[in-house]
Amino acid sequence: MNQENAETTDQQQPTADNQASDDSRRDFMLKVSLGLGGLAAAAVAVPVVGALIAPLLEDKPEVWRTVGTTDQFRVGSTTLVKFENADPRAWAGETARTAAWVRRESDEDFIAFSVNCTHLGCPVRWEAEADLFMCPCHGGVYYRDGSVAAGPPPKPLPRYAIRVAQGHVQIGTAPIPITNFSDGQ
Amino acid sequence: MKTILRKMGDWLEDRTGLMAAIRPILNHLVPPGAKWAYVFGSATLFCFILQVVTGVGLALLYQPSSDAAYQSLQFITDQAVFGRVLRGIHFFGASGMVLFVGVHMIRVYIMAAYKYPREMNWLTGVLLLFLTIIMGFTGQLLRWDANGVWSSVVAAQNLGRIPLIGTTLARLLLGGDTIGGQSLSRFFAYHVFLFPALIFALVGLHLFLVIRNGISEPPKAGRPVDPKTYRAWYETMLKREGVPFWPNAAWRDALFGSLVILTIVGLAVVVGPPALTQPPDPSIVDTSPEPDWYMLPIFALFALVPPKTESYLIFFGPVLLVLALFALPFLSNRGERSPIRRPWAVFGVICVVIFVGALLVIGEIEPWSPRFDTKSVATLVSYQNPQLKRGAMLFYKKGCQYCHMVHGEGGLRGPNLSDIGRNWTANQLTVQIVNGGGNMPAYGGSLDKDELRDIVAFLSAQK
Repeated sequence: MNQENAETTDQQQPTADNQASDDSRRDFMLKVSLGLGGLAAAAVAVPVVGALIAPLLEDKPEVWRTVGTTDQFRVGSTTLVKFENADPRAWAGETARTAAWVRRESDEDFIAFSVNCTHLGCPVRWEAEADLFMCPCHGGVYYRDGSVAAGPPPKPLPRYAIRVAQGHVQIGTAPIPITNFSDGQ
Repeated sequence: MKTILRKMGDWLEDRTGLMAAIRPILNHLVPPGAKWAYVFGSATLFCFILQVVTGVGLALLYQPSSDAAYQSLQFITDQAVFGRVLRGIHFFGASGMVLFVGVHMIRVYIMAAYKYPREMNWLTGVLLLFLTIIMGFTGQLLRWDANGVWSSVVAAQNLGRIPLIGTTLARLLLGGDTIGGQSLSRFFAYHVFLFPALIFALVGLHLFLVIRNGISEPPKAGRPVDPKTYRAWYETMLKREGVPFWPNAAWRDALFGSLVILTIVGLAVVVGPPALTQPPDPSIVDTSPEPDWYMLPIFALFALVPPKTESYLIFFGPVLLVLALFALPFLSNRGERSPIRRPWAVFGVICVVIFVGALLVIGEIEPWSPRFDTKSVATLVSYQNPQLKRGAMLFYKKGCQYCHMVHGEGGLRGPNLSDIGRNWTANQLTVQIVNGGGNMPAYGGSLDKDELRDIVAFLSAQK
């Protein structure tokens, strides 16, 4: 059967009509293969790009973390507290931790400052005697209320949400504060 | 035996044709003057190969996981057989790659080898320069000590300054809202898979272009490049006086490359890799992040530019730099190549080298950073006058000494106050301390009257 077919094909003389239909068939097949190739590439790209941008698609809830009882914070003092981020990965280990500087203004008023300098994010330290926050990287300095005292920081130290619940001081987890283009002017 | 080997070789060549493919590349003619100035590109390549090989070695021992990477670094450094040397080679190899990519670029610029027909050689080279710097930076993050963690935060903050999409890019870099389990996996994937793959591809293209367009002949004053005639002239010149790349030119590459690698291994054995800082716990704030030497000029620049211009610098700086480097071979792709006829080009290179070098030196000194480890002057000088003694202790305790130097102790941020009492009255000192100003915090709110008086008395005595 096949052989017969082959023979008949062989015997056919190439005509202008045949040539044209060959060309259009080749053209069609080329388009099909290019299209299929593109589809295959897209099918692979979607999950790979998905893995890349996954962190943007996650919705991390804000959770309250207890960082101590109210009597651990003296009025007028600024204390380093450490807490776990919202929903950390099991393999995050110690990198799941975040620190904040908690200042007790009065009996009821607490402020929680981010430790991230608004210049380039380095960790500021509280110098209690000097009454200043100082950044080791480029010499940013902040007053005790977080406002800029000296150096390159473009804006005051960001704050975390903080509340007192039944004698416990709690901080609301939040993303690392990122300084934007317009903040720097 | 010899005949058997020869037969095997012949068989292999007959079935693969490898030598037939490689021989024309090895033996291609190069200009006879391409001597010692031409070894820096291959030195960069040798460093890259060294990085790939030692990188594989390190990957055998490394744990790319946020909770274990630091311990595996300690293991590599302190316990693994030759682990310390391996880390050292990888560090000094990175340093060498950054250094030689810079020297190679300067050589190409000074000799104007980027002109017609080698524009694409330059462009791929510029991309490789940036990839090299990115590799250096991501590699430093993989050390995953306090420095690695905070450097990645600094990088995220830099991306954050890009208009509109800054915060998104910063989150993308960290792999989430905060440093965490995802962060290191990403840096590892970038440093070990993505960027090396791009470097392989671009090195391949870069070398292909070197073969295709030929090694640029050493420039001669009064022999300008004319795109209409250059290729024909170059071919004729090669036919007349060209020498085969192997071995006439390649031996210098091999010799210099070997010396570079031996030096790197020597440094790794003698000096060793950079010490690890604290563990990667973002809640440890008593740490002073500082990048490896090749990032220090940028680190220094961020401390020194006026803060108001910083957003512009962080965003437009890299964009303009890339555009300028890309535009170069198109703005000047003909004419004189000799540095003698291009004095401004040479002057520009000298300026850039001095600028970057000065930033490197000042980045090493870090005069802008508070000196938290300074010792109180009161421990060095025994003051008879109790007020002076109190003043000296307050000068230290209140943080003045972190930024001001007295008797050789203290920071460099503010003026040296060793003889401030000569020119400033007590009144002037009081006003400055209370109100601050000139990039000094106001201490009015944190000093009581007695403390202020004691500090002023102490400073007035500094003559």
